[in-house]
Amino acid sequence: MLDIDIEGCLGDFSYEVAFRTETGITALFGASGAGKTTVVRMLGGLARPARGRIVLDGRTVFDRERGIDVPARRRRIGHVFQEPRLFPHLSAGSNILYGRRFAARKASARAIDHVVGMLEIGHLLKRYPRNLSGGEQQRVAIGRALLSSPEALVMDEPLASLDTRRKNEILPFLERLRDEARMPIVYVSHSVDEVARLAQGMVVLSEGRVHATGPVEEVMTKLDLRPMTGRFEAGAILEGTLVAHEPESCLSRVEVGGQFVEIPAIDVEPGRRVRIRVRGRDVVLGLRPPEEIGVLNVLHGTVEEVVVETGTYAEVNVRIDGQRINARITRRSAGQLGLAPGKAVYVMIKTTALDRVGAARRETGSAG
Amino acid sequence: MIGLGADGGSALALSLRVALFATLLDLPLAILVAAVLARGRFPGRAALNAAVHLPLVLPPVVTGYVLLLLFGRHGPIGAPLADWFGLVFAFRWTGAVLAAMVMAFPLLVRPIRQSIEAVDTRLEAAAETLGAGRIARFATVTLPLALPGILTGAILGFARALGEFGATITFVSNIPGETRTLPIAIYTALQIPGGEGTAMRLSLVAIALALVALAATEIVARRLRRRWVD
Repeated sequence: MLDIDIEGCLGDFSYEVAFRTETGITALFGASGAGKTTVVRMLGGLARPARGRIVLDGRTVFDRERGIDVPARRRRIGHVFQEPRLFPHLSAGSNILYGRRFAARKASARAIDHVVGMLEIGHLLKRYPRNLSGGEQQRVAIGRALLSSPEALVMDEPLASLDTRRKNEILPFLERLRDEARMPIVYVSHSVDEVARLAQGMVVLSEGRVHATGPVEEVMTKLDLRPMTGRFEAGAILEGTLVAHEPESCLSRVEVGGQFVEIPAIDVEPGRRVRIRVRGRDVVLGLRPPEEIGVLNVLHGTVEEVVVETGTYAEVNVRIDGQRINARITRRSAGQLGLAPGKAVYVMIKTTALDRVGAARRETGSAG
Repeated sequence: MIGLGADGGSALALSLRVALFATLLDLPLAILVAAVLARGRFPGRAALNAAVHLPLVLPPVVTGYVLLLLFGRHGPIGAPLADWFGLVFAFRWTGAVLAAMVMAFPLLVRPIRQSIEAVDTRLEAAAETLGAGRIARFATVTLPLALPGILTGAILGFARALGEFGATITFVSNIPGETRTLPIAIYTALQIPGGEGTAMRLSLVAIALALVALAATEIVARRLRRRWVD
């Protein structure tokens, strides 16, 4: 567990950040300039907070009042930076083993094999960084951080310097890492999609302050997040179980609280939990189930809250069997439908809008 | 030796020996000073920088005279070194090494410093998060990446040591087989009637050595660069 409570200022930027994380990925989310990188640099010991303390698994690595400031090299917090920062004079293989020689508890040969296998970098180990693509370099950098036997991992926008294709190449590895790593991972990002796909917990930073914190599903559905996520990206997450693949139509079928959602085919075995991110602007609401309309996904739910803005739009929260999604519709249609809390509605979502799906974290000990 | 005469041959051998010792002894100190100048932030940094470059701008005769005063048999540094360690510089080839070390030092420091400054500090920060301490970081990241500059410095310093004249002749005089290096031998040959032929041959040798040194720097630096950068 990672427990952070720091404050201070750097020039005219002041920060006051407190949160705690468990095993699994906690996203540190916010617009650029919100202080995300400052926080993780302080976590890793690369910068020093003016006041406060940082505790990792009961071990205090920083405490201003008690005069504790464990240097970065002894914090055992692995760092994956935005740029891979591989050592150019060492092969990929030597790069991943770099931290091992300094670690008190050396990664075993099995651990090395495991990390190499998980990241699928076995065939790259003899090459030098300049002969690797950006995505390959970042995978090697992740391996390097993991094999330094850290007790926590910090990833500072590891995908930000990659193009969309390379991002999609790495995301599955990050999902695997999340499922297998038994340590807290702080994942800095300003991408809603990445956070929705990877993280369990979420800390929203805004101008050096914690704006919201909690499980991703909860925080993402909160309306007050919109100024940071941007109107276009605001949305919610539905969790469901993948029940079947339909290879003929290249679709996968997901069960969400007894109802079904069709999504573009994904490579996840049936029975696993998946997360579907639904953007508010992709949702249509109606009072009757649609007929002769080419929409595959129709779910029924209950209006929970209607937030009418002064402009064109209204934001409607709809509860679907214990989960919540939000719909961004025009103020006029909200009025025409007479939407009010408690009203039953049909929620329609185009399958093509559901391309942001990832496997949910496999809970240790459970079958699915 | 190849038409240089016994005297010329011994001068060449002595010069190579003096330059080699001077370069190898200079290197560790030059790397340390270069690292301190490149990365250190402390009062007196400018003064250290000036002191390093002093032999470059001072008349070599002055440097030789200062060495004579400090490291002579009765000098404040020379006397205890001779008494305690039996290390005598005055009128010995060891003195020629010392003179060459001092004169070559700034030429070693400059390229090494530049190449250390060019090493991305973010790589050093990455090494720190992986558990490397200050010395380990320097040895495993900074130093290997600065290797082209270190080799350039070493070869430049070697060439400078090979050509050292003014400070050497002032400090340790002109003793055949002991302190008569290649440049001093050329100078001596020119003082003797009919010595022009010897002077010419020795000069050609000096030119050839300088060219080889320059070519070696270029080849080594290029090869290293090609290995790491695209």
